[in-house]
Amino acid sequence: MKQRDPELLLQHAPFLRQGMTTPTAMGDVLIALTPATLAGLWYFGISAVLVIGASIAGAVLTEISFSGTERRGESLLDGSGLLTGLLLGLTLPPGLPMWMAFLGGVIALGLGKVIWGGLGNNLFNPALVGRAFLLATFPIAMTTWTTPDEAFWTFRATNFDIPFTYTEIDGLTAATPLGLMKFDQQATPLSNLFMGSTSGSLGETSGLLLILGGIYLYFRRDLDWRIPVSILLTVLVFSAILGLFDSERFPAPLFSVFSGGLLLGAIYMATDPVTSPTTPVGTWIFGIGIGLLIVLIRVFGGMPEGVMYAILLMNAATPLIDRFTQPRVFGHLRGDND
Amino acid sequence: MTESENRDYNEFIKGIWRDNPVFVQVLGMCPMLAVTNSAINAIAMGGATLFVLVGSSFLVAAFKKLIPKQVRISCFIIIIATFVTVADYTLLALVPGVHKELGAFIPLIVANCMILGRQEAFASKNTVRLSVMDALGMSTGFVIALFTLGAVREILGAGSLFGISLFGAAWEPWVIMILPPGGFLTLGLILLVFNWMTHRKQMFMEKVAEAQRSGS
Repeated sequence: MKQRDPELLLQHAPFLRQGMTTPTAMGDVLIALTPATLAGLWYFGISAVLVIGASIAGAVLTEISFSGTERRGESLLDGSGLLTGLLLGLTLPPGLPMWMAFLGGVIALGLGKVIWGGLGNNLFNPALVGRAFLLATFPIAMTTWTTPDEAFWTFRATNFDIPFTYTEIDGLTAATPLGLMKFDQQATPLSNLFMGSTSGSLGETSGLLLILGGIYLYFRRDLDWRIPVSILLTVLVFSAILGLFDSERFPAPLFSVFSGGLLLGAIYMATDPVTSPTTPVGTWIFGIGIGLLIVLIRVFGGMPEGVMYAILLMNAATPLIDRFTQPRVFGHLRGDND
Repeated sequence: MTESENRDYNEFIKGIWRDNPVFVQVLGMCPMLAVTNSAINAIAMGGATLFVLVGSSFLVAAFKKLIPKQVRISCFIIIIATFVTVADYTLLALVPGVHKELGAFIPLIVANCMILGRQEAFASKNTVRLSVMDALGMSTGFVIALFTLGAVREILGAGSLFGISLFGAAWEPWVIMILPPGGFLTLGLILLVFNWMTHRKQMFMEKVAEAQRSGS
């Protein structure tokens, strides 16, 4: 049908439009994650494809089946389910059975997002909800790390476990740098951490590529720089202070920043606009809180890694932070906002 | 069916579905979440609660004229506590293993607000016969709810039901399901299903009513 040109265009404010919409923001994050995902492929081979694919499938299928028919197209197009699945996949170990990754995707979307009322209403980061569920449910499978230096087409048998079963891994396994540090007091060279040739979750190993993606997001204005910067600074400073007391026992500041899921969490998960505070002061408090919790859990807790719980805990505090950091309304006195 | 039989039946059946103490009234959450990590624990807890509720409803209904209004709550508690003590020792004598696993939660039946709620809301105002029917219905509803939760959690969390392995040794247990979060998750999902069904029924009834109105 041919549309006639309107003679008079009547429209209410706003007149200036910004190009940023949910689909473009999600697309930017997907682009930013591409290098780290490819690094996961490079180091872990076909396993990365299988695990990430299964978690994306779980997330997207859940999103489709729980969205109302009229919203179905819309929620698929905005790509948020796809992004959640990808982020979850990047935090999983390469040897994880595909059915577990799929279940993680279902839980991430189902309990992390859909049940709260969909995009924008969830309190916790959906991908981390999925990972927390998996870690509590399958503690052994989630902490068995296969080594990165096998050939691309190495099929890891555990990936193909029949649903609801799990076989002990018989390939090569290796502790993550954080595990080595915590249990054997053995530091991994920084260059390996930077390039990503260490064992660990699929997408967390290469510090360099994660930072590159973060810089891209910053220039696309999809990312509140205060959150990653405050997390990284807090971890650096806190680790340095601990190092003053006992440099043997506590990990070095730079090692702390580049090991484990810290960069992945700080750049891509803590900055989730839905679950982080909106005020500038609030984002600083949020980031500093995450940084402190990460170091506390890593150094004094029972587990080698604490990024996930640190972010989830501060997610829970976000509404409170937002409430206490409301700026002064123009023309009102402080504390006179109501 | 005579009028009084019909009334008995109604008082019995409402506790199982329409006014289910767990899924609809959301009462008795403490035993619900704490001891449902296996089906056998759930059944034992449900049985003890059934005994206490029926016994105390009977006594409260029988003595309702003698209990002074001002101190009725403490009287109810004393009656309930008596039955709880009996249940506690009975379980200890018959099934010491289960008694040990249930631990502090058996004495805590005294504090189950579902039981006190039935005394206050029903037994103290109705005849002995109706009160016992009401207590039977409510506690059957409670047992069903406990068993549902316990069965789901045991099947997923241990791959077994009543301690009998269902899927063989290859089954990978969902550890979270026998931990406290599993209780909250399962209960939440069951409540979701219950509310969804209630909502659907309501919509259906509204549609029927509308059709009747426009038809007549």
